[in-house]
Amino acid sequence: MSQQGYVAAPPYSQAQPGMGAYQGGFGSGPTQPLYGHYGGPPQAFSAPPAGKMHLIVLNRTFFLSAITVVMIFSYPAPPAVSAPYGQPPHSLYNSMASPGPPPTQQLTNQMSSMNLGSHVQGLQSPPPPVSSVVQQPFQTPPPLTMAPPQMPPGLQSPHMSPLMSPPQSPPASMPMASQSMAGTSMAGMGGPFPGPPPPGPGGFQQPGLGSAGQFGGYMAGPQQNMPGAFPGAPSAMAGPPQKKLDPDSIPSITHVIEDDQVKQGGQVFTTNIRGQVPPLVTTDFTVTDQGNASPRFIRCTTYSLPCTADLAKQCQVPLAAIIKPFASLPKNETPLYVVNHGDTGPVRCNRCKAYMCPYMQFIDGGRRYQCGFCNCVNEVPVFYFQHLDHMGRRVDFYERPELSLGSYEFVATLDYCKNNKPPNSPAYIFMIDVSYNNIKSGLVKLICDELKTLLEKLPREEGMETSAIKVGFVTYNKVLHFYNVKSALAQPQMMVVSDTAEMFVPLLDGFLVNYQDSRAVIYNLLDQIPDMFADTAESETVFAPVIQAGVEAFKAAECSGKLFIFHSSMPTAEAPGKLKNRDDKKLVNTDKEKTLFQPQKGVYEQLSKDCVASGCCVDLFLFPSQYTDIATMADVPSHTGGSVYKYSNFQIETDGEHFLRDLRKDVQKSIGFDAIMRVRTSTGFRATDFFGGMYMNNTTDVEMAAVDCDNGVTVEFKHDDTLSEETGALMQCALLYTTIGGQRRLRIHNLSLNCSSQLSELYKSCETDSLINFFAKSAYRAILNQPLKNVREILVNQTAHMLACYRKNCASPSAASQLILPDAMKVFPVYMNSLMKTAPLVGSTELSTDDRAHQRLSVMAMGVEDTQLLLYPRLIPLHNIDVNSEKPATPVRCSEERLTDSGIFLLENGQSMFLWLGQASSPDFIQSLFNVPSLAHLQGHMCALPELDNPLSRKVRSIISGLLEKRSNSMKLQIVRQKDKPEMLFRQFLVEDKGLHGGASYMDFLCYVHREIRQLLT
Amino acid sequence: MATYQEFIQQNEDRDGVRFSWNLWPSSRLEATRLVVPVSCLFTPLKERPNLPPVQYEPVLCSRANCKAVLNPLCQVDFRAKIWSCCYLKHIFPPSYAGISDVNQPAELMPQFSTIEYIVQRGPAAPLIFLYVVDTCLEEEDLQALKESLQMSLSLLPPNALVGLITFGRMVQVHELSCEGIAKSYVFRGTKDLTAKQIQEMLGLTKPAVTGQQGRPLAPQDAAATCKFLQPVHRVDMNLTDLLGELQRDPWPVPQGKRPLRSTGVALSVAVGLLEGTFPNTGARVMLFIGGPPTQGPGMVVGDELKTPIRSWHDIQKDNARHLKKATKYYEALANRSATNGHSIDIYACALDQTGLLEMKCLSNLTGGHIVMGDSFNTSLFKQTFQRVFSKDYNGDFRMAFGGVLEVKTSRELKVCGAIGPCVSLNSKAPCVSENELGTGGTSQWKVCGLNPSTTLGIYFEVVNQHNAPVPQGGRGAVQFVTQYQHSNTQRRIRVTTIARNWADAQSQIQHIESSFDQEAAAVLMARLGVFRAESEEGPDVLRWLDRQLIRLFMFHLRRSPFLQVFNNSPDESSYYRHHFVRQDLTQSLIMIQPILYSYSFYGPPEPVLLDSSSILPDRILLMDTFFQLVIYHGETIAQWRKAGYQEMAEYENFKQLLQAPLDDAQEILQTRFPMPRYIDTEHGGSQARFLLSKVNPSQTHNNLYAWGQETGAPILTDDVSLQVFMDHLKKLAVSSSA
Repeated sequence: MSQQGYVAAPPYSQAQPGMGAYQGGFGSGPTQPLYGHYGGPPQAFSAPPAGKMHLIVLNRTFFLSAITVVMIFSYPAPPAVSAPYGQPPHSLYNSMASPGPPPTQQLTNQMSSMNLGSHVQGLQSPPPPVSSVVQQPFQTPPPLTMAPPQMPPGLQSPHMSPLMSPPQSPPASMPMASQSMAGTSMAGMGGPFPGPPPPGPGGFQQPGLGSAGQFGGYMAGPQQNMPGAFPGAPSAMAGPPQKKLDPDSIPSITHVIEDDQVKQGGQVFTTNIRGQVPPLVTTDFTVTDQGNASPRFIRCTTYSLPCTADLAKQCQVPLAAIIKPFASLPKNETPLYVVNHGDTGPVRCNRCKAYMCPYMQFIDGGRRYQCGFCNCVNEVPVFYFQHLDHMGRRVDFYERPELSLGSYEFVATLDYCKNNKPPNSPAYIFMIDVSYNNIKSGLVKLICDELKTLLEKLPREEGMETSAIKVGFVTYNKVLHFYNVKSALAQPQMMVVSDTAEMFVPLLDGFLVNYQDSRAVIYNLLDQIPDMFADTAESETVFAPVIQAGVEAFKAAECSGKLFIFHSSMPTAEAPGKLKNRDDKKLVNTDKEKTLFQPQKGVYEQLSKDCVASGCCVDLFLFPSQYTDIATMADVPSHTGGSVYKYSNFQIETDGEHFLRDLRKDVQKSIGFDAIMRVRTSTGFRATDFFGGMYMNNTTDVEMAAVDCDNGVTVEFKHDDTLSEETGALMQCALLYTTIGGQRRLRIHNLSLNCSSQLSELYKSCETDSLINFFAKSAYRAILNQPLKNVREILVNQTAHMLACYRKNCASPSAASQLILPDAMKVFPVYMNSLMKTAPLVGSTELSTDDRAHQRLSVMAMGVEDTQLLLYPRLIPLHNIDVNSEKPATPVRCSEERLTDSGIFLLENGQSMFLWLGQASSPDFIQSLFNVPSLAHLQGHMCALPELDNPLSRKVRSIISGLLEKRSNSMKLQIVRQKDKPEMLFRQFLVEDKGLHGGASYMDFLCYVHREIRQLLT
Repeated sequence: MATYQEFIQQNEDRDGVRFSWNLWPSSRLEATRLVVPVSCLFTPLKERPNLPPVQYEPVLCSRANCKAVLNPLCQVDFRAKIWSCCYLKHIFPPSYAGISDVNQPAELMPQFSTIEYIVQRGPAAPLIFLYVVDTCLEEEDLQALKESLQMSLSLLPPNALVGLITFGRMVQVHELSCEGIAKSYVFRGTKDLTAKQIQEMLGLTKPAVTGQQGRPLAPQDAAATCKFLQPVHRVDMNLTDLLGELQRDPWPVPQGKRPLRSTGVALSVAVGLLEGTFPNTGARVMLFIGGPPTQGPGMVVGDELKTPIRSWHDIQKDNARHLKKATKYYEALANRSATNGHSIDIYACALDQTGLLEMKCLSNLTGGHIVMGDSFNTSLFKQTFQRVFSKDYNGDFRMAFGGVLEVKTSRELKVCGAIGPCVSLNSKAPCVSENELGTGGTSQWKVCGLNPSTTLGIYFEVVNQHNAPVPQGGRGAVQFVTQYQHSNTQRRIRVTTIARNWADAQSQIQHIESSFDQEAAAVLMARLGVFRAESEEGPDVLRWLDRQLIRLFMFHLRRSPFLQVFNNSPDESSYYRHHFVRQDLTQSLIMIQPILYSYSFYGPPEPVLLDSSSILPDRILLMDTFFQLVIYHGETIAQWRKAGYQEMAEYENFKQLLQAPLDDAQEILQTRFPMPRYIDTEHGGSQARFLLSKVNPSQTHNNLYAWGQETGAPILTDDVSLQVFMDHLKKLAVSSSA
């Protein structure tokens, strides 16, 4: 592991003075390769060095030790035991810095030892020495039969205490706690251990012993899983999962989501309080803007910043905001007000240039104001003067959005325009690869047909009759064909440019036109394009010149806009940006693996620069049949706020509709062009790092050729100085952009955060979803420069570190064997584990390099909702659906254990969607959905449900279409039958299970993290 | 003398040849003393309605460096069926089996000293017309040009191939064979591309078929694959529409800028296109421009209006930034084009210069036309352009392509060079002199574009040494072999063989003197002058000419725009010179000394002196300078005309007088190519300057004795008059230093 953290922030990777204990563990050191192997391919087994368990390197031994750690949970018992019972141990309770969350929650946070303990009844031997000793029993799992008798009662009825029921006892609000309470913990802690008496230290050494066997039995799950994670996974998974720790007992995302929905769903979130933690992204709520930007626009990793850099360093919780400046608002929320200050432009602080906002303090009878960001005192411009009321507030407070709201827009003056000229309306250019592949697949015709209707629906300014966006058309293979579609023409004209070495636009007038005016000519063109190239034999394509052409077109027309490129293959024709196949699976899991993610240098780098400079956003629709070097091809889209869509082995029948849905969404998205964003902060901290689909010329200005409703920019903050608890921390995100109508505007989002010198405040105000967004982006950036192994290690270490810090500073002292999680972060490990199992981060030769690069790049531009969903897909059971209920079906945890042979599940993560049909699913159900008598009759490649007139079919289809509607990408519906081959695809999304291509199960990961924490604490 | 006059006329009529000397001095020494070299004006395709081509191929001398064609001068032994040339005896081929002294083939008959053969070999190549059209024109001009072009389609033979390239800021090559969408290939106007790149970009290079590598595409194959050049009959509808829809260059031209005009690249694309598809096939690239090239290779002037286009002054001061580079660029193009036998026409219509100075070589080296006018919307252009497609008595175009002129001489004579619209083929035959005059060092020239009036000046050198005299009555012979592609796509060979007697300058000096053809000599010397003027500084050439011509009394040539650049733009000079070096003798003479006719009530129209004294109030003058046709109404006549007398029945005769010069002018206008600028002016009219600048300034404001008298119109000039010139000349001629 290198000393440079993957996160730009040095402190993360530096030794922490505050936590000397794990200095060695976190920093580079001989001790550390642990996690890298954890998820990696099987390693040769070698005996662990005796004595120091945390040094153990090998999978299996590591596992043993991990388990040991868990087991040890059991015997700090007595105080902890009381917790589940609703009698919070005072020590714990008192340790809480603030009484905010109910005590019970605190308890929940301690991942209840009883759960685990209950399975490990008798083991009282001190753990450390055990590790090496215990080895043996694991290697030879005892007969399964031995296990059942030992099963605690709780396990046999896992659902005994409904997870959701908020009712009676406080613990109920924390599902896992209630779980453990309900059954297992009782067994384990409350009474005498039901199992045989503790065998004593030597117990483990006797494999044949009942207790050991019992232990082994339940451990079998994880243990088998580990090695099984590699090739032979399915069989291992098919093992008896019931023998494991009770999975219900560990924190569950679905529960957390549900809880929040129950608590805050349907409610109004008023943004009038500083540092208020918003509901989860998954929760349905309404926002009333009263001075802070809606969480739809900005979410933070924590809403209470530590006052000092030292504190921030100590806790290692990243301080970041995820800004989605163009997030779409639900219909029932007020769209942003537009403020026009006339020719003088928006009122700004003279010193820091912050825009007028609610944080400006008017003084001196309203003649002056003090900037909330830099404290500079400014004169109020004459035209802006207003008297103050008795509260010191301007009389026009409620009339001026910039004084009372968190988000609003200013009309920008010419000073904010390129060359001091008002911008022209933006343009969309459709650039269609007409090489052999695309013609043959019928794609070209599909696109041309679709465009005819789609162009009617170009986004338009509120209240406008038609869209101001101009459209243009280019087709290309080895050369580019531009089309003159001027309305005056009877026939479109084609202009071929073969000079791909120095691209230029051959025409000005008639290339970018108003669709309404030129509709007849465009129709004519779209009709002819498929025929014109019908017998093409050209299979080579160019790519960089295509983008270059777009840039030149925008330059010539002096407008900004977006390119929609429909491309089939790697550009191998002789031209700038020619690519060659550099996909080398041998690089996987080596130090050079990063090169697979790095774009090929040169042309594309410059192209990105050019694109951004001329406000040219690039959306790439790829239809590859093999490797196309997405890392390079998507480089420009990923720097210009564009999206990349990929349809491997495109076939009209199966992918056509999916693609069209994407295209429609993409074209109709609300969007701003030629944008530049600046995040200003109050003194004491500042934005230091940015992640997203953007380009940066300097350290402060985020340039985006376009920004749409799905683009999220993650901004990391660092301390400059001490923050004051009193004034809090302010941030203002100003986005200068051109509207779809061709107006220059400034969109302002303001957010105020709390500051605290108590770490507990910080942990309380954390937002796991935002945190994981930050980690995902920073890790995905880090893999460009570091071996995956290092990145994964850093992720685990930082996870452990954050939790350890909590444990050390915020939790009451308790036995080291207890895993204690802050409430706000209790599901953080699930996400983190899921993140590490994502294609980019898991080093597996079975994954396509393109897919990994693609995912890496798409995540970089994601907002919190998208990363949340991606890392924890929704798994919705359909078999027991109530067709009459309006309520959406409740998702279950993403684990194989939740599937049943007779079940039918829908899984979606924002990118893919599966309908999983259990082997024994009801024929009636199948009949209603598919109109076939049984599963066996299902056709191979279905991608949509037939439209059948029965309540069930309608319900299921409406669920699916509802989801498709909600997500930013359309998803292809894949129908998989249990035990069919494609099921593998489905299974990789069961993120709580061990990864198909490597990576631990949730349970194992938790164990491992706990072990790491313990190491840090000692 | 009458005999010589007749002889000369007869020779010209039959062979299209006019020699400066019709008796040749028999030794080198004597020849050099004569100052005017033995030289001739040769019109290879002189129209000969009475010369039916023969349908077989010429019989050649078998000697490798002779290859002369059987001709009337050859000695023939009819019985042995043997003919001889350069001391070699040849047996007639079998097709001549029936030959006898009463049954001679045409080529042996003296009246067929010029004979034309039709070569049957090889495929008939279609004519190709590639229009290269500037779109940076005023709307009105473009419209007129479009109409002219559309009209021209109807004049083309149906199987001719046409192509269209348009340019402005970009260069567009239009695909003509397409249905539906109009397609064109676009090139950046600023990038110099190689022929290979151009052909690649146009998709003309097909992957080589195995087994045929290295073999150039046969024209048919190329025709099939070339979407840009299509038979007129197939695409005339398409093309007419295409031309109809042609828009002005859409790129905005900011205030104070010239439109960006990529003439250089457009030509390069045109040349590259033809080169790749139809090498060595007759083709005309017709370039229509409305202004100077302003960007890219071949740029003549920048697009800033505040920098004017170069003038002679700038050139002399070495201030013409782009001149050398542009000239070099166009020369390279011209040479490539000439190599492939394609000629390039330039039709430049603009009020300002268009860069003809730089581009002239395109036409000069390839035998193309240059036409200069003020606007495409003038009859000057419209009719001139129409005349390009004029047809002869057989209904064939008066144009020929891909000509190769070879000159063979008898031993006593060598070829120094040629001046005309040709390029050297670098053929070092033994008859090539080391002394170069004009384009020398070769005995073969390529003349890519020919018409019946195309005339080359060919210069010889007598190499016979003084001490080895030619036997009395010996004759020197010259054979001109012109191979060309006739406009009906036939390949033809025209052979002209002439002979002249040698004369000993010492004993027969009077004979030689009387054989002197003053007109031919004047034109031939003028051509030499122009040739030098093109390559040397103006004053030097004048000095050379003065030294040479002091004995030749060429007052007017000295003042002509061919040698004088004063008052002419570089473009105009280039234009005048271009025409001067290709027109036949009569036209050339008009150019040197314009013709002035006077119309009056006192008698029939009469030619009068080109002198200011001829400008009288009661005369109408008609001046023909070749480039201009000026009708000048004297002061009184003009007043009468203004008063409208011609409308009155009783002044019918005045009406007729007014009409007479118009009719005569019309006659000239009918035949002249290019159409002259037609000027109808009167005393005091601003356009009268065209007349006043030409006439001999015998009366100026300086010689007061004539001032105010009724003898003519004084000219306000400091130029010397012919009288002064003559006086001076006489003085010099008798002085020994001459």
